[in-house]
Amino acid sequence: MSESAIIIEDLVKKFEDVIAVDDVNLQVANGELFGLLGPNGAGKTTIINILCGLIKPTSGSAIIGGYDVQNEPMKVKELIGVCIQETAVYPYLTGAENVNLFGDLHVMDSETLKARRTMLFEKMGLTSEAKRRAGKYSGGMKRRLSLILALIHNPQIAFLDEPTVAMDPQSRHAVWDFIKDLKNEGKTIILTTHYMEEAEELCDRIGIIDHGKLIALGSPKVLISNNLVKNLEDVFIKLTGRKIREEV
Amino acid sequence: MEFQRVLALIKREMKKTVREPAVLFMIFLFPIVFVFAFGASFGGGGSQPSYSIGIVNLDQTNSVNASKIFYIALSNTKILSLHVYTNNQSAQNDLSQGKVQAVIIIPNDFSKSLVSFETVPNEPNKWINSTLKLYLDKGSLVATQAIPPIIQQVLTAITGQTQQIPSNPFHLETASLVEVKTPSALDFIAPGMFTFASIFLIMMVSQSFTQDRENGMMKRIRITPTTPTEFMLSQAISYMIIALVQAALVFIMVYIMGFRPAVGIPVYIFAFLLVLVFSLSNVGFGLITATIAKSSGAATGLSFLFVLPQLFLGTFVGASLSSAAQIVGKFVPSYYVTDALTSLFLRGAAITSPIILLDVATISISCIFILAIGVILYDKYFRI
Repeated sequence: MSESAIIIEDLVKKFEDVIAVDDVNLQVANGELFGLLGPNGAGKTTIINILCGLIKPTSGSAIIGGYDVQNEPMKVKELIGVCIQETAVYPYLTGAENVNLFGDLHVMDSETLKARRTMLFEKMGLTSEAKRRAGKYSGGMKRRLSLILALIHNPQIAFLDEPTVAMDPQSRHAVWDFIKDLKNEGKTIILTTHYMEEAEELCDRIGIIDHGKLIALGSPKVLISNNLVKNLEDVFIKLTGRKIREEV
Repeated sequence: MEFQRVLALIKREMKKTVREPAVLFMIFLFPIVFVFAFGASFGGGGSQPSYSIGIVNLDQTNSVNASKIFYIALSNTKILSLHVYTNNQSAQNDLSQGKVQAVIIIPNDFSKSLVSFETVPNEPNKWINSTLKLYLDKGSLVATQAIPPIIQQVLTAITGQTQQIPSNPFHLETASLVEVKTPSALDFIAPGMFTFASIFLIMMVSQSFTQDRENGMMKRIRITPTTPTEFMLSQAISYMIIALVQAALVFIMVYIMGFRPAVGIPVYIFAFLLVLVFSLSNVGFGLITATIAKSSGAATGLSFLFVLPQLFLGTFVGASLSSAAQIVGKFVPSYYVTDALTSLFLRGAAITSPIILLDVATISISCIFILAIGVILYDKYFRI
């Protein structure tokens, strides 16, 4: 594996006349927790979708773990875990069955799958709910289950697309702790969010994206100090002239 | 190819089928209830019927060629299409494959009998009686009901009689009805029932794919290393299993209701295999529907574009359909499945008979073609 886990070069994605991703260049180091920060519609999810091979870029390239996303998508999919923005779970399967399915799709052996499933349910506070059908879960529980589905196969690189959106503060902090644990395990993580405090709390570096363009890049502290402001929200206001999001 | 993935996806589909009440109803209960209700009210009939009749002429003519007179009289009815056979065996072969709906054996003393009648029309004790054997298509309700009176009327007509209860030396023996029990309406529609149940897979497949697309599950699966081949294989196997269970349930139901075809185990196995192959076309039609439909609700409605033609043109083949409908029916796969099952169960056709082999070839080619079209279209617009 190269020193940079993720290399994005001259990435452009157009949807007819709309430029969703506008010439983005970025490198994320192994073990780094990188935050993509921006308002809704800024292009964060489009970048994630390109990185995990769901959509093709109009131009440019992306290399994950040494594999070109376009040329070797299956190799990339074996390396990554993706927590998609939708709270997508099979409602007619129990939480444990959902997890087992995705473990099988990653061809995990049953013992490893069971051990990891138990550990992740424990960490996410879902152990007592494992045998309930996911359709009966609350929204926050489905989001936590969604995160488990993304990480059941212990991927080296994780893309977490707004994993805490619409979560209650307690669940959000549980997920934050979980993401910190992932970071401590040496995982490379790209976290998209429009929560400034989340980015400030968790990320080693942050890329602020607006209208598909990467308009700022650096650690939270550096971005704040360079712009002579109090927090990341002010950084965004200073750079774009508007607020990033509604209040939580 | 990782079979662990295929197996996991099959298990998921089976659990969905069992645990989702709407799916359970649509796949298993609805076809059974509908078939039961439809079967109970099904009465046959159709507009402008036309019947194909095979004739085996054993008549030894003398001064009067009665068989020729009989043949001309049959032709003049305008509703019979006549096919002359040189021997009974070839006529029976075509009857068992549904190529003709009846076979008449003109006996060797037919002309003698007519001469004896014309010589002394008022002295029945001096007539030479002859018996015409009539073999009927046991797979056609209409053939068994409509053809014997027509033949009887023609026989009456060639003796110059017009009375309601004629007196002549000809006796018409309906061989098939003598040999077996009188077929019920259920016997005639049972083969179509096996085909019918599987057709509703179109709706289920289209709903399943559009729902998974809407709720993000398709996206989630595409992020895993699951290949399109593994995914589609799991779907095809899942729906084939469901089709098999449907066919078994329909069989149990019609068996309880009294359907007892005189065939062996191999024919049953063969029939189930036909339904399995047929289910592939329904997966294909389901995928085509899912490609067109923007939402699962739209998929339900659009699926009827494929469900209805298959249902009405393909599940109750035979003379009960108008001739135009029969022609159109030949463009839907279900027609050939029902035709093959009717030939096997009711007409007693052998598995290796040409009509069955032709049906199987048509079903296999068309179903694989439709499945391929469905997979290609869906993959092109939504990616699997």
